[in-house]
Amino acid sequence: MSALQRGFNTTTSWIADLGRGALFLLRILMSLPSLLLKPRLLVEQIYSVGVLSLVIVVVAGIFVGMVLALSGYRLLVGFGATEALGTSVALVVVRELGPVVTGLLFAGRAGSALAAEIGLMKATDQLSGMEMMAVDPVKRIVAPRFLAGVIALPLLTSIFCVMAIGAGGGYFVGVDMLGVDAGSYWSGIQSNVDFGEDIVNIFLKSGVFGAIITWVAVYQGYHAPPTSEGVSRATTNTVVIASLAILGANLMLTAVLFGSN
Amino acid sequence: MADDRDGVPDNLVEVRGVHFTIGRRVIYESVDLDIARGRITAIMGPSGTGKTTLLRLISGQWRPAAGKVYFDGRHVAKLSQNELFDQRKRMGMLFQSGALLTDLSVFDNVAFPLREHTKLPERLIRDIVLMKLEAVGLRGARALYPAQLSGGMARRVALARAIALDPEMIMYDEPFAGQDPISMGVLLRLIRRLNDVLGLTAIVVSHDVKETLGIADYVYVISDGTVIDHGTPQQIRDSRSKWVQQFIHAEADGPVPFHYQASEPYANDLLEAKR
Repeated sequence: MSALQRGFNTTTSWIADLGRGALFLLRILMSLPSLLLKPRLLVEQIYSVGVLSLVIVVVAGIFVGMVLALSGYRLLVGFGATEALGTSVALVVVRELGPVVTGLLFAGRAGSALAAEIGLMKATDQLSGMEMMAVDPVKRIVAPRFLAGVIALPLLTSIFCVMAIGAGGGYFVGVDMLGVDAGSYWSGIQSNVDFGEDIVNIFLKSGVFGAIITWVAVYQGYHAPPTSEGVSRATTNTVVIASLAILGANLMLTAVLFGSN
Repeated sequence: MADDRDGVPDNLVEVRGVHFTIGRRVIYESVDLDIARGRITAIMGPSGTGKTTLLRLISGQWRPAAGKVYFDGRHVAKLSQNELFDQRKRMGMLFQSGALLTDLSVFDNVAFPLREHTKLPERLIRDIVLMKLEAVGLRGARALYPAQLSGGMARRVALARAIALDPEMIMYDEPFAGQDPISMGVLLRLIRRLNDVLGLTAIVVSHDVKETLGIADYVYVISDGTVIDHGTPQQIRDSRSKWVQQFIHAEADGPVPFHYQASEPYANDLLEAKR
């Protein structure tokens, strides 16, 4: 087989996969109203993908905030502008690093777990068993996990931002360790971080990221070959595809949301 | 075969001219068979002949490339998803792996179809679940989780779950595979008793000759994508087909060769390395 033919086959396979993924997403979206009758399923999944991801998000938020404050201080002190430290940390975290880093962590922690869980359910005939009991696995298993991801990631992102900017992260390094004035740290954030433009966009961006990650994860798990190798590949694919998709989507969303400024 | 009052065969399932492939591999070529209402019908054949595939075709999980599968007179492949789900409430399936939901206890696994499909109060669901578990001898194991069960126990729990909605038909996929003699005896009695007491139609897919011929009312033997023989267990034992005789007597060689077909003769293969 020539390289050209292989390239053509890979491309058509990708396009077919994308089409199957789009149809699967449509099926999930059409299943969402059924969750109104069984909200407990959604709450359980928000706990599973959201609450259980808290530790990694909080710790990562603190470290990212500390590093940003440290490197930001070194840059600003040369211009005598250390009072702008709070603003610079906050804008970088809120506009870019918060949604992207939380999304990447979420893809690694919750996305891989979702793909592996659904893939293993398929490999052990649990999904077939449900179908045989006249229960649609997309409604019962997939839809609650998808919606939980869309709800949980914006909340996790806001927690990440608070941790990075606040007392444990940037504030601790900037104010407590490097001696930046606490008043200018907070007032800079207050006057430069816009609610409508920045805070609302955090939720918008991370909501889109949550949808992308959980869509990729549930698709990979649901369509994984029912073998140990198939589940392992689905898990790896989820992290790789979701991470790249987040970075690509971030570029597009930033261009759309902040491009005119 | 079971006859209705007019003397016409009364089949719950009818498979007509079914052709099915997976990729390029042909699994079935024009298969015809009937599953009589209220009887135990066994589908036998060596591993890899597509016995489980047949159950998936009957339940509508897969669709044949050609031919028709009827359940209670309705063409399964033409049913909408809602109609298919309604039909599946009338059938239970015992998977080879048990297919129990691993995050639910034994009790919740058996209660699962009741909670999904009925609006029964929890107290009544509890009573029904305990009755089903008592029937398979596992009422005392209701608090255990699937990971804490032996293979035989898991299959009995799955059986309790399969009969939770009182289906008309149960499909057993390799129910005896990997069972110790005690578990096997328990399962054999349960399958026979469910059929005798509740009048359930049963399809038993298996390659365990002695056990299956012991409980079946009618047997189909499948190989190479077609039905090679069918009849009562005694007719199968007396079959003149060399293939069937090799299968039921577990002979290593015969129409089904011991050796997988090789492209080169044995001697040529051995000498090739010396050339």
